[in-house]
Amino acid sequence: MVWGVLQFPGSCDERDALRACSLLGEARLVWHEERDLGGIDAVVVPGGFSYGDYLRAGAIARFSPAMEAVAEFAAAGGSVLGICNGFQVLCEAGLLPGALLLNETRRFTCRQLELLTPRGGLSIPGKHGEGRYYAPEELLDELEARGQVAYRYAPGENPNGSARDIAGVRNEAGNVLGLMPHPEHAVDPLTGSTDGLKVFEDLAR
Amino acid sequence: MVRARVLIRPKEGILDPQGKAVERALPALGFEGVGHVRVGRMVELEAEDPARLGELCEKLLANPLIEDYEIERLDGGA
Amino acid sequence: MGKHRELGLTDAEFGLIVEKLGREPNDVELAMFSLLWSEHCAYKHSRKLLRRLPTEGERVVMGPGENAGAVDVGNGYAVAFKVESHNHPSAVEPFQGAATGVGGILRDVFALGARPIAILDSLRFGELDSPRSRHLLDGAVRGIGHYGNSIGVPTVGGEICFEPPYEHNCLVNAMCVGLARTEEMVRAAAAGVGNAVVLMGAATGRDGIGGASVLASAELGDGDEAKRPTVQIGDPFEESKLLECCLELLGKGLLVSLQDLGAAGLTSSAAEMASAGGVGIDLDVAKVPLREADMEPFEIMVSESQERMLAVVEPAKVPAVLALCEKWQTGGAEIGVVTDSGRIRVLRGEALAGEMPVAALVDGCPLYDLDPGEPEGWIYGNEDVLAERVAAVAGEGTDRDDPRGVLLALLASPGVASKRWAFEQYDCLVGSRTVRRPEAADAAVLQLPEAGKAIAVSIDGNGRRVACDPHAGTVEAVLECAQNLACTGAEPLGLTNCLNFGNPEKPAPAWQLDRAVSGLAEACEALGVPVVGGNVSLYNEGPEGPIYPTPVVGMVGELPDPARTCGSAFAREGDAIGLLGPFAPSPAGSELTKLRGGLGKGLPQPDVVAVAAACAAVREAVRAGSLSSAHDVSDGGLACALAESAISGGLGCRVDARPLRERGCSPEEALFGEGPGGFLLSGEREALERLGAVLLGEVGGTTLALAAGDRSFSVDLDAAESAWRSLPSRVD
Repeated sequence: MVWGVLQFPGSCDERDALRACSLLGEARLVWHEERDLGGIDAVVVPGGFSYGDYLRAGAIARFSPAMEAVAEFAAAGGSVLGICNGFQVLCEAGLLPGALLLNETRRFTCRQLELLTPRGGLSIPGKHGEGRYYAPEELLDELEARGQVAYRYAPGENPNGSARDIAGVRNEAGNVLGLMPHPEHAVDPLTGSTDGLKVFEDLAR
Repeated sequence: MVRARVLIRPKEGILDPQGKAVERALPALGFEGVGHVRVGRMVELEAEDPARLGELCEKLLANPLIEDYEIERLDGGA
Repeated sequence: MGKHRELGLTDAEFGLIVEKLGREPNDVELAMFSLLWSEHCAYKHSRKLLRRLPTEGERVVMGPGENAGAVDVGNGYAVAFKVESHNHPSAVEPFQGAATGVGGILRDVFALGARPIAILDSLRFGELDSPRSRHLLDGAVRGIGHYGNSIGVPTVGGEICFEPPYEHNCLVNAMCVGLARTEEMVRAAAAGVGNAVVLMGAATGRDGIGGASVLASAELGDGDEAKRPTVQIGDPFEESKLLECCLELLGKGLLVSLQDLGAAGLTSSAAEMASAGGVGIDLDVAKVPLREADMEPFEIMVSESQERMLAVVEPAKVPAVLALCEKWQTGGAEIGVVTDSGRIRVLRGEALAGEMPVAALVDGCPLYDLDPGEPEGWIYGNEDVLAERVAAVAGEGTDRDDPRGVLLALLASPGVASKRWAFEQYDCLVGSRTVRRPEAADAAVLQLPEAGKAIAVSIDGNGRRVACDPHAGTVEAVLECAQNLACTGAEPLGLTNCLNFGNPEKPAPAWQLDRAVSGLAEACEALGVPVVGGNVSLYNEGPEGPIYPTPVVGMVGELPDPARTCGSAFAREGDAIGLLGPFAPSPAGSELTKLRGGLGKGLPQPDVVAVAAACAAVREAVRAGSLSSAHDVSDGGLACALAESAISGGLGCRVDARPLRERGCSPEEALFGEGPGGFLLSGEREALERLGAVLLGEVGGTTLALAAGDRSFSVDLDAAESAWRSLPSRVD
């Protein structure tokens, strides 16, 4: 499995994502100005503050040449994982439904989170200031009905006020996945849990 | 060349914690009777082609899912 | 006439400048001298004292005088680190003051070619019942989070203290740790006559003009609103690009030397590079990229616009350097040349705007001796709040001396309480090195797979106890840091320090500074830990008087195996609990004595040799994996340390402090007395006995059941946790 991890000016967790992907296959960084995704089986759009989060988080990164290539890649069925800022970029790009807004508490928060998935619970850290998932009610109902809610914060764990405790969603076709928590920071027993590996495996599925 | 100001604000019905925080702080500072505070963004620019301003707003300056915007011409044009 | 006085220079200093130039300085020259000869840049009142500090050691790669200090961690790698203050700007604008403090210390570290891998910060404010202190705390924490999180460097540790003397003079000290290949590290000295001087990073504006001399070398009085225009605004996104650009430039061998622009901007940066290299520099301000079009030469030379670096580059390599700046979307401009004149010459195009000998600017500032005078009594306030604090946590009618009430009141005291509210606003994970997160252990632990080991880092300061006895209190601060490292199995490699004191021209602060530096020197000598760099911040004083004398110590230590480190939380029902070390609990300078309003001069003398021996024993036990938990006994004494270990582990304990009473203290002192040299350990009984720890009890249950003398009491773990986690209710 060959993973490509995008890198924008201001990305923070791209090397962490690269390290995590290297545990599951080959991995390389893709500079934001590159369009060449040749040989890549799955793309990771990493966490951080691309372009300083200026205007809106992810608003500028979505227009990069690399993201244009990712949009084509996704349209052709390629696997794409957006983590935190990456989730924001994918929503801005229209590759995932909804938007991420300022945390209800107006504060950045970094803590270990218990997540619920259709296949069981996961313990993965989250660290963000704009992670509150939003979509209009009718759209939320559709997402639920179509099984597009991939991760939810366990009761009492919602750190940002996300609608319906949503932590991550898939697109309708299922090949694009986005979540606010950071699976790449849950792959090494020395630094925390290893549940993050399951998220990368979820994408490869 | 036209000069314009774009005002971007959170859509009605979307929780605006910044607006709420400002609203809550006002009485302690002696301002009673102030409500419905919404906090947004303002972008000023000069553009060669005013016809494309709307598109610019829709595509980049605002996220139409969560924000409304308003374009003000600063040079008296329409 | 007198313009020099407005800029903070004395008549005598002005006379000396005239003598060195052979004429009166023009405006550009006067501005440059006023900044480089300010306390903040020249260390006029502290430089002689700092010569007492031990700075050498076989692991030292870079010592004081470079952008940051660095120690060898083996396998061809070095760890660079330094702490710096940003006190006065933070008191005026806490968000930007703290943010730019972080930005500045990051630049000091990557100026060496070290990639920043951790941030820690030491913050001090007035008591939280003051809206101003709540505002400063909130702003500073947001500022540190904003900058550190955005640039992708984890904030892994720190401390926050609240004491009345900091009400008008808060302290914001930021520490950065970085990692570099030793042979790739670069020094600041400019070299190579004819080499180009290149300015990289953000455009230059009017930020912080006069900041150094106006803010850092004078006491803050009324009217500090007017100083707002001199506060710098930080842009972490710009710094992120600048950092990657600099590291790539250094990795490709494109730079001769690198220096960051901090206080006094281009002036100090260029002057220090030239001085270190024994050369001269010509600068053309017309070539400096400006944010505002109409800036005068002196403004350009003293601007403190953030996120800028100065490099010396061989002429043939300049195009490659500028191309890399372009790639990273950060500014790059050739603005000068290295000469053999030994002078700094400021030009605007062809016209000479000012010039002076480098030596006069950098080394010509007179150094002053202090005129210390020990104060007669306790020069700070005292306020008895114990009864009301006990009533607030344990209910009205609780006796103020009731140990259960006292314990809850101490745990709820903002200085002792959990700081989770603050550190959850920091990204502590980015970089994938964090083996122990904030509050999980007594020091942050970071893995260095490249060097085949891990490091531990702690930052600890001490204001109140240093005020009781500046010499002993400072020794204690160094010991606390060493103890925190020992709890994670780490052996100290080097130390950085920030000395935050009042007005050195007044006798009491001068005495405090003198005694504190002696204490620092003595402790470092005794522990064999070299001082590799640091910072001094003076004039932290207002109409009410000086701050507590506050030396802040940052230490980096190494441990061989990140999988063999220890946390501070009780881990297992049935584990034995023991105390190791020469801990001799005393009420002097303690948190309880503060609440009682009984603070005064005097501290017991610390036994450094015995504490060092205990550190070694704990360190070895942690590395051998024979302990479940290790926690340094500090604020609030043994009872608070027990509570912290219990709450963090979700496990209660049954402890009898009687063995401590044999050290000659009352029951209350055994529970709440403070002092260095106490390690609270838990683990298998045989393991603790082998170590020589004094057994006190065992882990288990859902209460803290404590006994001391004829009094025994019990606190529900839930109630203790509720008190210990009460900081958010005081801030938000």
